[in-house]
Amino acid sequence: MEILVCVRRVPDTSENEIELNSAGNDIERDELVYSINEADNYAVEEALQIVAKIGGNVTVVTVGGEDDEEVLRREMAMGAHHGVLITDEAFSGSDGRGIATILKAFVQQDHYDLILTGVQAEDGGAQIGGMLAALLDYPFASLVNSIEVLEGRKLKISREIEGGNKEWSEIDLPCVLSIQTGINEPRYVGMRGIRQVASVLIPTFSASQLGLDENTVGLSAAKVTRLDYFIPSLGKGAEILHGNRKENIDKVLELVAAKGGLK
Amino acid sequence: MARIFAYIAHKGGIAADSAFELAAAAHKINATASPTAILTGWGADLDAACNALGASYPEVWKIANEALAYPNAELVRKALLKVLPSDSIVLVAHEHFGIDLAPGLSIKMNSAFVSDVLDIAGLEAAAIKVVRQEFGGQASTHVRCDISSGAVLTIRPGAFKAAETSAGHGLLVDKSAEIGLLAAGRRYLETVVAEAGDVDITKYNVLVSIGRGIQEKDNVAIALELADAMGAAVSCSRPVVDAKWMEKSRQVGSSGKTVKPKVYLACGISGAFQHLAGIKGSPFLIAINKNPKAPIFQVADVGIVDDILEFLPELTNKVRELRGAAAK
Repeated sequence: MEILVCVRRVPDTSENEIELNSAGNDIERDELVYSINEADNYAVEEALQIVAKIGGNVTVVTVGGEDDEEVLRREMAMGAHHGVLITDEAFSGSDGRGIATILKAFVQQDHYDLILTGVQAEDGGAQIGGMLAALLDYPFASLVNSIEVLEGRKLKISREIEGGNKEWSEIDLPCVLSIQTGINEPRYVGMRGIRQVASVLIPTFSASQLGLDENTVGLSAAKVTRLDYFIPSLGKGAEILHGNRKENIDKVLELVAAKGGLK
Repeated sequence: MARIFAYIAHKGGIAADSAFELAAAAHKINATASPTAILTGWGADLDAACNALGASYPEVWKIANEALAYPNAELVRKALLKVLPSDSIVLVAHEHFGIDLAPGLSIKMNSAFVSDVLDIAGLEAAAIKVVRQEFGGQASTHVRCDISSGAVLTIRPGAFKAAETSAGHGLLVDKSAEIGLLAAGRRYLETVVAEAGDVDITKYNVLVSIGRGIQEKDNVAIALELADAMGAAVSCSRPVVDAKWMEKSRQVGSSGKTVKPKVYLACGISGAFQHLAGIKGSPFLIAINKNPKAPIFQVADVGIVDDILEFLPELTNKVRELRGAAAK
């Protein structure tokens, strides 16, 4: 089975304290730790497990710049057979539809049986997989947390629905699936693995190489544009305890007891 | 101004709670617009849900089709495309079905798409300005959405207060005849209910809930010891289950359990909305997190900026000390 996994390099929100830049139009990116988007990593692992069982190849693709090569190499160190960087100034400012349009053009250059994305990235969009499927007229399922390959170009899949219940379906290939975190246990990637793929040439594709009309991608085509960033205030905010640890512990226990939690 | 539609999920003849939140979102987009509820399904369940919605929507569109008896996003999309005006603004709840339906719907309608909308910040001639979050809720953004050729928006559950006022006229429009035959490349088989697990976290007054900040499987014991000393149970957020450090039955959130404790100790939990969605009944929420920017501090009652791996064992010792003294 030929599997394409669309991945993205994102600031690791578990490792970073997000702050705004002085202009307020972006977050402060200088000190950020970047990594593979977590759900995308699960998607690559799932692809690798499928080809380990039934054969085939896994290609990882990203739309971005030179810096994003790092996540392609990381996923190739995990075992992905090919990495592809789609890069062009014209792509800058693309909205979800723009990115999906770029990926569609790439998919149509070749043949893939199955296309995977992570369920969402750090922007919480949860959109590229569903859009790409609609553009390609492929069946789609989101929040996928199990995949079984059936005979006759079909998969049996489950989606994670409310309460952690699993909604099982059968889906025809080729299709697009967005993968939920926790579907598998992504393998560890060591420094040795990274070194082995450090010098592998990563092919790149530009807008013209993909035959893309520049009016369909980038900022000019975007129907959706981010205007600014600001720090949210959802509620009144917690009363932060500023005592030393011992004082804070005493206070916590006092509060827990007062709220009927300790008897 | 384009017409606003709200796609309403329903089950067992009852419309989802989000029906009223979508009405509130529609009202916030344009207070003078009359939003239309649109429901798909089959049989008595669909009729019951449509009738009930007459109280909160001026108009309800019903699409009855046997193929839609179970909501399959691809079939629902095909049905909606047959009846929706092309410049419609379509609101869908940002939950598992909306995530399945909405992005593809926007492509097929050739309209703009914004997911997980928290608020509406303004309406212009050909655009709406919405608020959403990025980076796990650590930063918010204003997003401009061009609605000149329609828009599909998914609305975060709980973000809009359900509309109190009754705007309904109960006008029911049956659109079923416009649908025709429906077929999809994905076919529903069955739903398998999640396993119950060894501990029922919904039964406890106090939950010691751990998140990614617990860092590794061996550290889960720190939380178990504290819970044991307090007579509490340990629950967790999604990353802990994803990492296979705890069973799925311990997970609090929209894809896990809904809990109503008196006290909720959020330990190393960032506070993603999917997690908060599982905490009901307004418990006293104490958050301990070493990241002072963690969104959990915005919703907690009391916050402590500290490392849970050091804080929790000391807290456990103190609880044991007090309990020991009380026992004497």
